[in-house]
Amino acid sequence: MTRFFSSRWGIITAGAVIGVLAPLLQRFGNPPNMGICVACFERDIAGALGLHRAAVVQYIRPEIIGFVLGALIAALIFKEFKPRTGSAPIVRFVLGVFAMIGALVFLGCPWRALLRLAGGDWNAILALLGLITGIAIGIWFLKNGYNLGRSHQAKPVVGWIMPGIMVLLLLLVIFQPAFYGFNEDGSRAGPIFFSVKGPGSLHAPLLISLAVGLIIGFLAQRTRFCTMGSIRDVILMGDTHLISGVGALLVVAFIVNLLLSQFHPGFAAQPVSHSNHLWNFLGMMLAGLAFALAGGCPGRQLFLAGEGDGDAAIFVTGMIVGAAFAHNFNLAGSPDAVVEGVLKVGGPSPYGMAAVAIGLVVCLLIGFSARE
Amino acid sequence: MSVQVDARGFSCPQPVILTRKALEKGQFPIEVLVETVTSRENVRRVAEKAGCRVSVEEVGNEFKLIITKE
Repeated sequence: MTRFFSSRWGIITAGAVIGVLAPLLQRFGNPPNMGICVACFERDIAGALGLHRAAVVQYIRPEIIGFVLGALIAALIFKEFKPRTGSAPIVRFVLGVFAMIGALVFLGCPWRALLRLAGGDWNAILALLGLITGIAIGIWFLKNGYNLGRSHQAKPVVGWIMPGIMVLLLLLVIFQPAFYGFNEDGSRAGPIFFSVKGPGSLHAPLLISLAVGLIIGFLAQRTRFCTMGSIRDVILMGDTHLISGVGALLVVAFIVNLLLSQFHPGFAAQPVSHSNHLWNFLGMMLAGLAFALAGGCPGRQLFLAGEGDGDAAIFVTGMIVGAAFAHNFNLAGSPDAVVEGVLKVGGPSPYGMAAVAIGLVVCLLIGFSARE
Repeated sequence: MSVQVDARGFSCPQPVILTRKALEKGQFPIEVLVETVTSRENVRRVAEKAGCRVSVEEVGNEFKLIITKE
Protein backbone atom coordinates (compact mmCIF):
# COMPACT_ATOMS: atom_id res chain seq x y z
CA MET A 1 0.00 0.00 0.00
CA THR A 2 2.81 2.40 0.92
CA ARG A 3 4.51 1.58 -2.40
CA PHE A 4 1.34 2.42 -4.32
CA PHE A 5 1.00 5.84 -2.68
CA SER A 6 4.60 6.74 -3.41
CA SER A 7 4.33 5.51 -7.01
CA ARG A 8 3.45 7.65 -10.01
CA TRP A 9 -0.06 6.16 -10.07
CA GLY A 10 -0.42 7.11 -6.41
CA ILE A 11 0.25 10.78 -7.00
CA ILE A 12 -1.91 10.77 -10.15
CA THR A 13 -4.75 9.25 -8.11
CA ALA A 14 -4.41 11.97 -5.47
CA GLY A 15 -4.50 14.71 -8.11
CA ALA A 16 -7.47 13.11 -9.88
CA VAL A 17 -9.43 12.77 -6.61
CA ILE A 18 -8.88 16.48 -5.86
CA GLY A 19 -9.87 17.21 -9.46
CA VAL A 20 -13.22 15.46 -8.91
CA LEU A 21 -13.97 16.66 -5.38
CA ALA A 22 -13.11 20.37 -5.74
CA PRO A 23 -15.58 21.13 -8.58
CA LEU A 24 -18.16 19.00 -6.73
CA LEU A 25 -17.73 21.20 -3.65
CA GLN A 26 -18.67 24.15 -5.87
CA ARG A 27 -21.76 22.24 -6.91
CA PHE A 28 -22.56 21.67 -3.23
CA GLY A 29 -22.24 25.36 -2.42
CA ASN A 30 -18.64 26.56 -2.34
CA PRO A 31 -17.89 29.76 -4.32
CA PRO A 32 -17.34 29.51 -8.10
CA ASN A 33 -13.87 28.31 -9.13
CA MET A 34 -13.14 28.02 -5.40
CA GLY A 35 -13.98 24.42 -4.63
CA ILE A 36 -10.78 24.44 -2.64
CA CYS A 37 -8.47 27.38 -2.05
CA VAL A 38 -6.13 27.08 0.89
CA ALA A 39 -5.27 30.78 0.91
CA CYS A 40 -8.90 31.92 0.56
CA PHE A 41 -10.13 29.45 3.15
CA GLU A 42 -7.48 30.39 5.71
CA ARG A 43 -8.41 34.02 5.01
CA ASP A 44 -12.06 33.12 5.70
CA ILE A 45 -11.03 31.49 8.97
CA ALA A 46 -9.06 34.62 9.95
CA GLY A 47 -12.24 36.61 9.28
CA ALA A 48 -14.49 34.21 11.16
CA LEU A 49 -12.26 34.66 14.21
CA GLY A 50 -12.51 38.43 13.88
CA LEU A 51 -8.85 38.90 13.00
CA HIS A 52 -10.05 40.93 10.03
CA ARG A 53 -13.47 42.47 9.54
CA ALA A 54 -14.02 42.12 5.78
CA ALA A 55 -17.64 41.02 6.16
CA VAL A 56 -17.86 39.10 2.87
CA VAL A 57 -15.02 36.65 3.58
CA GLN A 58 -15.72 35.14 7.01
CA TYR A 59 -16.37 31.44 7.59
CA ILE A 60 -14.64 28.59 9.40
CA ARG A 61 -13.85 26.36 6.42
CA PRO A 62 -14.09 22.68 7.39
CA GLU A 63 -11.89 21.75 4.40
CA ILE A 64 -8.85 23.27 6.13
CA ILE A 65 -9.67 21.41 9.35
CA GLY A 66 -10.03 18.20 7.34
CA PHE A 67 -6.70 18.70 5.60
CA VAL A 68 -4.80 18.81 8.89
CA LEU A 69 -6.78 16.05 10.62
CA GLY A 70 -6.80 13.80 7.53
CA ALA A 71 -3.02 14.11 7.31
CA LEU A 72 -2.78 13.45 11.06
CA ILE A 73 -4.84 10.24 10.74
CA ALA A 74 -2.73 9.03 7.81
CA ALA A 75 0.49 9.84 9.64
CA LEU A 76 -0.66 8.00 12.78
CA ILE A 77 -1.84 4.90 10.87
CA PHE A 78 1.38 4.65 8.87
CA LYS A 79 3.62 5.61 11.81
CA GLU A 80 4.87 8.80 10.18
CA PHE A 81 3.73 11.21 12.90
CA LYS A 82 7.02 12.83 13.91
CA PRO A 83 6.87 15.95 16.07
CA ARG A 84 9.71 18.22 14.97
CA THR A 85 10.59 21.92 14.94
CA GLY A 86 13.48 24.35 15.14
CA SER A 87 14.18 25.19 11.51
CA ALA A 88 13.97 29.00 11.71
CA PRO A 89 10.33 29.21 12.84
CA ILE A 90 10.13 33.03 12.91
CA VAL A 91 11.48 33.21 9.34
CA ARG A 92 8.81 30.72 8.27
CA PHE A 93 6.18 32.88 9.97
CA VAL A 94 7.26 35.90 7.91
CA LEU A 95 7.33 33.81 4.72
CA GLY A 96 3.79 32.68 5.53
CA VAL A 97 2.63 36.28 5.98
CA PHE A 98 4.02 37.41 2.62
CA ALA A 99 2.96 34.21 0.84
CA MET A 100 -0.61 35.02 1.90
CA ILE A 101 -0.37 38.69 0.88
CA GLY A 102 0.93 37.66 -2.57
CA ALA A 103 -1.79 35.03 -2.94
CA LEU A 104 -4.54 37.47 -1.93
CA VAL A 105 -3.33 40.10 -4.40
CA PHE A 106 -4.05 37.44 -7.06
CA LEU A 107 -7.05 36.05 -5.10
CA GLY A 108 -6.01 32.44 -4.73
CA CYS A 109 -3.39 29.87 -3.86
CA PRO A 110 -1.80 27.57 -6.49
CA TRP A 111 -4.66 25.07 -6.01
CA ARG A 112 -7.20 27.74 -6.84
CA ALA A 113 -5.06 28.93 -9.77
CA LEU A 114 -5.38 25.40 -11.20
CA LEU A 115 -9.11 25.24 -10.44
CA ARG A 116 -9.65 28.69 -11.98
CA LEU A 117 -7.83 27.55 -15.11
CA ALA A 118 -9.94 24.38 -15.18
CA GLY A 119 -13.03 26.61 -14.95
CA GLY A 120 -11.94 28.78 -17.90
CA ASP A 121 -10.58 31.76 -15.93
CA TRP A 122 -7.60 32.61 -18.12
CA ASN A 123 -6.24 35.07 -15.53
CA ALA A 124 -4.86 31.97 -13.85
CA ILE A 125 -2.36 31.66 -16.70
CA LEU A 126 -0.66 34.89 -15.62
CA ALA A 127 -0.73 33.70 -12.02
CA LEU A 128 0.83 30.34 -12.87
CA LEU A 129 3.55 32.08 -14.90
CA GLY A 130 4.19 34.29 -11.87
CA LEU A 131 4.24 31.22 -9.62
CA ILE A 132 6.80 29.51 -11.86
CA THR A 133 8.94 32.68 -11.91
CA GLY A 134 8.86 32.99 -8.12
CA ILE A 135 9.75 29.31 -7.68
CA ALA A 136 12.59 29.68 -10.21
CA ILE A 137 14.04 32.52 -8.11
CA GLY A 138 13.71 30.29 -5.04
CA ILE A 139 15.54 27.50 -6.87
CA TRP A 140 18.42 29.87 -7.64
CA PHE A 141 18.77 30.34 -3.88
CA LEU A 142 18.49 26.58 -3.24
CA LYS A 143 21.26 25.93 -5.76
CA ASN A 144 23.41 28.52 -4.04
CA GLY A 145 23.28 26.95 -0.63
CA TYR A 146 20.05 28.39 0.78
CA ASN A 147 18.39 26.49 3.59
CA LEU A 148 16.64 27.37 6.83
CA GLY A 149 18.66 24.93 8.90
CA ARG A 150 17.84 21.58 10.43
CA SER A 151 14.74 20.83 12.43
CA HIS A 152 14.99 18.61 15.49
CA GLN A 153 12.79 15.91 16.91
CA ALA A 154 10.56 17.47 19.52
CA LYS A 155 8.21 16.64 22.35
CA PRO A 156 4.87 15.20 21.19
CA VAL A 157 3.03 18.38 22.24
CA VAL A 158 4.76 20.26 19.40
CA GLY A 159 3.05 18.03 16.87
CA TRP A 160 -0.34 18.07 18.54
CA ILE A 161 -0.85 21.86 18.81
CA MET A 162 -2.03 22.46 15.23
CA PRO A 163 -4.38 19.45 15.14
CA GLY A 164 -5.66 20.68 18.53
CA ILE A 165 -6.37 24.13 17.10
CA MET A 166 -8.23 22.48 14.22
CA VAL A 167 -10.41 20.48 16.65
CA LEU A 168 -11.21 23.75 18.43
CA LEU A 169 -12.17 25.37 15.10
CA LEU A 170 -14.36 22.34 14.35
CA LEU A 171 -16.17 22.79 17.66
CA LEU A 172 -16.69 26.49 16.85
CA VAL A 173 -18.19 25.75 13.43
CA ILE A 174 -20.41 22.99 14.85
CA PHE A 175 -21.76 24.87 17.88
CA GLN A 176 -21.50 28.42 16.46
CA PRO A 177 -21.50 30.25 19.81
CA ALA A 178 -23.12 33.71 19.75
CA PHE A 179 -22.03 35.36 23.01
CA TYR A 180 -22.89 38.80 21.60
CA GLY A 181 -26.09 37.76 19.80
CA PHE A 182 -26.92 38.90 16.29
CA ASN A 183 -26.90 42.18 14.35
CA GLU A 184 -30.01 43.57 12.62
CA ASP A 185 -28.96 42.10 9.25
CA GLY A 186 -28.84 38.64 10.81
CA SER A 187 -25.03 38.48 10.96
CA ARG A 188 -23.24 37.32 14.08
CA ALA A 189 -21.89 39.90 16.50
CA GLY A 190 -19.21 37.60 17.91
CA PRO A 191 -17.18 35.81 19.08
CA ILE A 192 -17.19 34.28 15.59
CA PHE A 193 -18.32 35.99 12.41
CA PHE A 194 -19.92 34.31 9.39
CA SER A 195 -20.58 36.17 6.13
CA VAL A 196 -24.25 36.64 5.23
CA LYS A 197 -23.32 37.66 1.66
CA GLY A 198 -20.30 37.35 -0.64
CA PRO A 199 -17.93 34.40 -1.08
CA GLY A 200 -17.81 33.72 2.67
CA SER A 201 -21.55 32.99 2.69
CA LEU A 202 -21.16 30.36 -0.04
CA HIS A 203 -20.24 26.99 1.36
CA ALA A 204 -21.04 23.32 1.01
CA PRO A 205 -22.74 21.56 3.98
CA LEU A 206 -20.35 21.15 6.91
CA LEU A 207 -20.17 17.34 6.82
CA ILE A 208 -19.46 17.25 3.08
CA SER A 209 -16.72 19.89 3.35
CA LEU A 210 -15.17 18.10 6.31
CA ALA A 211 -15.31 14.69 4.62
CA VAL A 212 -13.69 16.02 1.45
CA GLY A 213 -11.01 17.71 3.55
CA LEU A 214 -10.28 14.48 5.44
CA ILE A 215 -10.07 12.42 2.24
CA ILE A 216 -7.73 14.89 0.56
CA GLY A 217 -5.66 15.35 3.72
CA PHE A 218 -5.22 11.59 4.00
CA LEU A 219 -4.29 11.10 0.34
CA ALA A 220 -2.00 14.12 0.20
CA GLN A 221 -0.10 13.04 3.31
CA ARG A 222 0.51 9.63 1.76
CA THR A 223 1.50 10.94 -1.67
CA ARG A 224 3.25 14.22 -0.62
CA PHE A 225 1.08 16.15 -3.08
CA CYS A 226 2.54 19.66 -3.45
CA THR A 227 1.94 22.23 -6.19
CA MET A 228 5.09 24.25 -5.49
CA GLY A 229 7.18 21.10 -5.18
CA SER A 230 5.88 19.83 -8.52
CA ILE A 231 7.23 22.86 -10.39
CA ARG A 232 10.42 22.98 -8.29
CA ASP A 233 11.26 19.34 -8.96
CA VAL A 234 10.86 19.77 -12.72
CA ILE A 235 13.10 22.86 -12.88
CA LEU A 236 15.63 21.69 -10.29
CA MET A 237 16.11 18.10 -11.43
CA GLY A 238 13.77 17.22 -14.29
CA ASP A 239 11.69 15.08 -11.90
CA THR A 240 8.11 14.82 -13.18
CA HIS A 241 6.74 12.73 -10.28
CA LEU A 242 4.78 15.42 -8.40
CA ILE A 243 3.73 17.34 -11.49
CA SER A 244 1.95 14.29 -12.88
CA GLY A 245 -0.40 14.66 -9.88
CA VAL A 246 -0.88 18.37 -10.51
CA GLY A 247 -1.53 17.63 -14.20
CA ALA A 248 -4.13 15.02 -13.22
CA LEU A 249 -5.86 17.58 -10.98
CA LEU A 250 -6.04 20.10 -13.83
CA VAL A 251 -7.29 17.68 -16.49
CA VAL A 252 -9.85 15.95 -14.26
CA ALA A 253 -11.16 19.24 -12.82
CA PHE A 254 -11.58 20.55 -16.39
CA ILE A 255 -13.59 17.47 -17.41
CA VAL A 256 -15.75 17.59 -14.26
CA ASN A 257 -16.37 21.32 -14.82
CA LEU A 258 -17.50 20.56 -18.38
CA LEU A 259 -19.86 17.85 -17.10
CA LEU A 260 -21.28 20.17 -14.42
CA SER A 261 -21.56 23.15 -16.84
CA GLN A 262 -19.04 25.05 -14.70
CA PHE A 263 -16.66 25.90 -17.56
CA HIS A 264 -16.92 29.56 -18.67
CA PRO A 265 -13.83 30.70 -20.59
CA GLY A 266 -12.64 34.30 -20.57
CA PHE A 267 -10.58 36.96 -18.82
CA ALA A 268 -13.04 39.63 -17.73
CA ALA A 269 -15.37 39.51 -14.73
CA GLN A 270 -14.57 35.91 -13.77
CA PRO A 271 -15.90 34.93 -10.32
CA VAL A 272 -13.85 36.26 -7.37
CA SER A 273 -11.11 37.21 -9.80
CA HIS A 274 -9.58 40.28 -11.42
CA SER A 275 -8.02 40.74 -14.85
CA ASN A 276 -5.18 43.01 -13.76
CA HIS A 277 -2.51 40.93 -15.50
CA LEU A 278 0.59 42.54 -14.05
CA TRP A 279 -0.57 42.10 -10.46
CA ASN A 280 -1.88 38.59 -11.00
CA PHE A 281 1.64 37.78 -12.15
CA LEU A 282 3.52 39.71 -9.44
CA GLY A 283 1.25 38.60 -6.58
CA MET A 284 1.76 34.95 -7.39
CA MET A 285 5.47 35.51 -8.06
CA LEU A 286 5.82 36.71 -4.46
CA ALA A 287 3.78 33.74 -3.22
CA GLY A 288 5.83 31.28 -5.31
CA LEU A 289 9.10 32.64 -3.97
CA ALA A 290 7.84 32.44 -0.38
CA PHE A 291 6.56 28.86 -0.87
CA ALA A 292 9.87 27.79 -2.43
CA LEU A 293 11.89 29.33 0.42
CA ALA A 294 9.59 27.64 2.97
CA GLY A 295 9.63 24.28 1.15
CA GLY A 296 5.94 23.78 0.38
CA CYS A 297 2.72 25.20 -1.02
CA PRO A 298 -0.05 26.19 1.44
CA GLY A 299 -1.72 22.80 1.12
CA ARG A 300 1.50 20.91 1.76
CA GLN A 301 2.20 23.07 4.82
CA LEU A 302 -1.16 21.98 6.28
CA PHE A 303 -0.41 18.30 5.61
CA LEU A 304 3.06 18.66 7.16
CA ALA A 305 1.50 20.39 10.17
CA GLY A 306 -0.81 17.37 10.46
CA GLU A 307 2.12 14.94 10.59
CA GLY A 308 3.81 16.86 13.42
CA ASP A 309 5.93 19.49 11.67
CA GLY A 310 5.86 22.47 14.04
CA ASP A 311 7.66 24.68 11.52
CA ALA A 312 4.96 24.08 8.91
CA ALA A 313 2.40 24.91 11.61
CA ILE A 314 4.16 28.25 12.12
CA PHE A 315 3.99 28.92 8.37
CA VAL A 316 0.24 28.21 8.48
CA THR A 317 -0.12 30.61 11.42
CA GLY A 318 1.82 33.19 9.41
CA MET A 319 -0.59 32.77 6.51
CA ILE A 320 -3.64 33.28 8.74
CA VAL A 321 -2.09 36.38 10.34
CA GLY A 322 -1.02 37.56 6.87
CA ALA A 323 -4.64 37.27 5.72
CA ALA A 324 -5.71 39.50 8.59
CA PHE A 325 -3.11 42.09 7.60
CA ALA A 326 -4.08 41.76 3.94
CA HIS A 327 -7.65 42.86 4.68
CA ASN A 328 -7.03 45.26 7.58
CA PHE A 329 -4.38 47.13 5.54
CA ASN A 330 -6.41 46.96 2.29
CA LEU A 331 -3.77 44.91 0.48
CA ALA A 332 -5.89 42.16 -1.11
CA GLY A 333 -6.96 42.43 -4.73
CA SER A 334 -10.53 43.48 -5.43
CA PRO A 335 -12.41 41.45 -8.03
CA ASP A 336 -13.52 42.76 -11.42
CA ALA A 337 -16.94 44.37 -11.28
CA VAL A 338 -19.51 45.22 -13.93
CA VAL A 339 -21.09 48.59 -13.06
CA GLU A 340 -24.03 49.62 -15.28
CA GLY A 341 -22.78 47.39 -18.06
CA VAL A 342 -19.21 48.74 -17.88
CA LEU A 343 -16.36 46.49 -16.80
CA LYS A 344 -14.36 47.86 -13.90
CA VAL A 345 -11.05 45.99 -13.79
CA GLY A 346 -10.09 45.10 -10.22
CA GLY A 347 -6.71 44.46 -8.67
CA PRO A 348 -4.77 45.53 -5.61
CA SER A 349 -4.80 49.00 -4.07
CA PRO A 350 -1.57 51.04 -4.13
CA TYR A 351 -1.02 49.66 -0.62
CA GLY A 352 -1.27 46.13 -1.95
CA MET A 353 1.24 46.93 -4.68
CA ALA A 354 3.64 48.35 -2.10
CA ALA A 355 3.15 45.27 0.09
CA VAL A 356 4.09 42.97 -2.82
CA ALA A 357 7.23 45.05 -3.42
CA ILE A 358 8.13 44.93 0.28
CA GLY A 359 7.43 41.20 0.33
CA LEU A 360 9.73 40.56 -2.60
CA VAL A 361 12.53 42.57 -0.95
CA VAL A 362 12.06 40.70 2.36
CA CYS A 363 12.05 37.30 0.62
CA LEU A 364 15.19 38.18 -1.34
CA LEU A 365 16.90 39.30 1.88
CA ILE A 366 15.91 36.02 3.54
CA GLY A 367 17.18 34.13 0.50
CA PHE A 368 20.55 35.88 0.48
CA SER A 369 21.07 35.83 4.24
CA ALA A 370 20.22 32.15 4.79
CA ARG A 371 22.87 30.79 2.44
CA GLU A 372 25.67 28.61 3.74
CA MET B 1 35.40 3.97 3.04
CA SER B 2 31.90 5.17 2.27
CA VAL B 3 30.84 8.75 1.64
CA GLN B 4 28.61 10.11 4.42
CA VAL B 5 25.72 12.47 3.77
CA ASP B 6 23.98 13.68 6.93
CA ALA B 7 20.62 15.11 5.82
CA ARG B 8 18.89 14.59 9.17
CA GLY B 9 16.52 17.40 10.07
CA PHE B 10 16.51 18.88 6.59
CA SER B 11 13.25 18.96 4.70
CA CYS B 12 13.16 18.38 0.98
CA PRO B 13 14.68 19.33 -1.36
CA GLN B 14 17.85 19.61 0.79
CA PRO B 15 18.37 15.85 1.27
CA VAL B 16 17.97 15.36 -2.47
CA ILE B 17 20.33 18.23 -3.32
CA LEU B 18 22.97 16.86 -0.93
CA THR B 19 22.55 13.35 -2.35
CA ARG B 20 22.88 14.61 -5.91
CA LYS B 21 26.11 16.43 -5.02
CA ALA B 22 27.51 13.18 -3.62
CA LEU B 23 26.32 11.22 -6.68
CA GLU B 24 28.06 13.71 -8.99
CA LYS B 25 31.38 13.08 -7.22
CA GLY B 26 31.06 9.45 -8.30
CA GLN B 27 32.52 7.91 -5.15
CA PHE B 28 30.56 4.89 -3.85
CA PRO B 29 29.06 3.60 -1.64
CA ILE B 30 27.19 6.64 -0.32
CA GLU B 31 25.44 6.55 3.05
CA VAL B 32 22.61 9.05 3.44
CA LEU B 33 21.00 9.67 6.83
CA VAL B 34 17.46 11.08 6.81
CA GLU B 35 14.64 11.33 9.34
CA THR B 36 11.37 11.35 7.43
CA VAL B 37 9.78 8.81 5.12
CA THR B 38 9.30 11.61 2.58
CA SER B 39 13.04 12.26 2.47
CA ARG B 40 13.71 8.51 2.32
CA GLU B 41 11.46 8.11 -0.72
CA ASN B 42 12.80 11.24 -2.44
CA VAL B 43 16.45 10.23 -1.95
CA ARG B 44 15.65 6.70 -3.09
CA ARG B 45 13.99 8.05 -6.24
CA VAL B 46 16.86 10.35 -7.20
CA ALA B 47 19.44 7.60 -6.65
CA GLU B 48 17.49 4.98 -8.59
CA LYS B 49 17.01 7.49 -11.40
CA ALA B 50 20.80 7.85 -11.52
CA GLY B 51 21.02 4.08 -12.07
CA CYS B 52 22.10 3.16 -8.54
CA ARG B 53 20.99 0.46 -6.13
CA VAL B 54 19.52 1.60 -2.83
CA SER B 55 19.11 -0.36 0.38
CA VAL B 56 17.49 1.08 3.50
CA GLU B 57 18.18 0.39 7.17
CA GLU B 58 15.92 1.79 9.86
CA VAL B 59 18.04 2.96 12.78
CA GLY B 60 15.85 4.06 15.67
CA ASN B 61 13.92 7.10 14.47
CA GLU B 62 16.13 7.53 11.39
CA PHE B 63 16.78 5.93 8.05
CA LYS B 64 20.17 5.07 6.60
CA LEU B 65 20.17 4.70 2.81
CA ILE B 66 23.13 2.92 1.28
CA ILE B 67 23.62 3.82 -2.37
CA THR B 68 25.82 1.63 -4.52
CA LYS B 69 26.68 1.68 -8.21
CA GLU B 70 26.09 -1.56 -10.12
